[in-house]
Amino acid sequence: MNYLAAHPWRVATLAGTHVELIAVALAAALLFAVPIGIVAVRRPRVAPWLLGTLGAIYTIPSLAMLAVFVEAFGLGFTPIFVALVLYAQFMLARNVVAGIAGVDPAQVDAARGLGMSPAQVLRRIEFPQALPVLIGGVRIAAIAMIAIATLGGYVGGVGLGVLIFNGLTLHQPQMIAAGSIAASALAIVADALLRLAERSARYG
Amino acid sequence: MNPSTIRFEAVSVRYPASDRYAVENISLEVRGGELVVLLGPSGSGKSTLLRSVNRLVPLAAGRVFVDDADIGELDAVELRRSIGYVIQAVGLFANMTVAENIAVVPSLLGWDRREIAERVDDLLRLVGLDPARYRDRRPSALSGGEAQRIGVARAIAAKPRALLMDEPFGAVDVVVRTALQRELVRIVAELQTTTLFVTHDVDEAFRLADRIVVIRGGRIEQSGAPFELFENPATPYVRELVHAGDDVYRQYFLRGRELLRSQ
Repeated sequence: MNYLAAHPWRVATLAGTHVELIAVALAAALLFAVPIGIVAVRRPRVAPWLLGTLGAIYTIPSLAMLAVFVEAFGLGFTPIFVALVLYAQFMLARNVVAGIAGVDPAQVDAARGLGMSPAQVLRRIEFPQALPVLIGGVRIAAIAMIAIATLGGYVGGVGLGVLIFNGLTLHQPQMIAAGSIAASALAIVADALLRLAERSARYG
Repeated sequence: MNPSTIRFEAVSVRYPASDRYAVENISLEVRGGELVVLLGPSGSGKSTLLRSVNRLVPLAAGRVFVDDADIGELDAVELRRSIGYVIQAVGLFANMTVAENIAVVPSLLGWDRREIAERVDDLLRLVGLDPARYRDRRPSALSGGEAQRIGVARAIAAKPRALLMDEPFGAVDVVVRTALQRELVRIVAELQTTTLFVTHDVDEAFRLADRIVVIRGGRIEQSGAPFELFENPATPYVRELVHAGDDVYRQYFLRGRELLRSQ
């Protein structure tokens, strides 16, 4: 704990970049996962293939994936960012599918029958009601990403991983502990905040 | 809007996964302002026939006309906005308040805000609910009977030229159902909207219908006024149907009503 007490600003700054990395990666991941999820819901034939592919990506060991992206993009922010976006796809897209598929079919029938276009049914009925489930996916993804993102410290000096990997090379267990504890704290806070968001997005 | 006529011309419908017709070669004309009940057992094709009017199911053959316009040539979304639609499961939108639910079609049609707010309150009163108490409620805070009153209000909000009702009172208890049936008769008489009403409940059909169309196996068994069906059933099935359950009461009811009408 000495390191944390001695260098609070250093830890806070790295935690800040960690959060930044997760936020940007989550936003980018949603840009892909939401359309992919919608396609999967609308075309049950391709859904297993889409989700299967994303699931397969999810099972690739993160260190191996990162190595490939370092080869491709060099060191720095990019490899860990791309890896996080890819990892999140499965968790996010799956929850988009579950959220939309879980909407009461009677409401969808009524919406169509009353004259909403398919886009209006999606925007006004299905998406708002799928939102809590989607936020649930964001929550799971965020927690996993906070952990995986520590590898960013190994490939280019982003986030709390810097402390962990510097601690390893310098044989400074307290640095490792500081990085790990801070990352866990971030995960706990993210979990709590997103649980709140999930609850407030629920209806009735 | 003047009440519309609905005309089915040799309509057949077949679902993709099925090898038989759900509706087979049905021709039927519903006059403006008429309340026609499609009566039949489950799986008879009555709901399918109803859903062909607002193009929720595609036709395999034949044509449907609303006011002499072939609906196959109209824009499906615009067509649906001009026709009210009520289903058994109600399908109130859980992410909207009661007022927002009722306002759905008027807002899709671009009515202005004040006009919509007034219309919502009028409709709540029309279906027997106090606007101040119900306007801002969520569907989850309504009883089954209240929910279906809102469902009816939502369907007639934009003054549709026709009303399609698919077993709307099938899921509420008998006391509430009777009250809703009574109010529907009053509302339809007031609005003069052409109404197609699907049910498997013989008494409901007799209570509501100007005309009953008995459907079985995707075909019309008989079409006629309730009294006519009772007096002259065209097929053994219709005879069986009109006498199933409490036919003594039904007979008194129909005879009494005929008597009142003839005076």
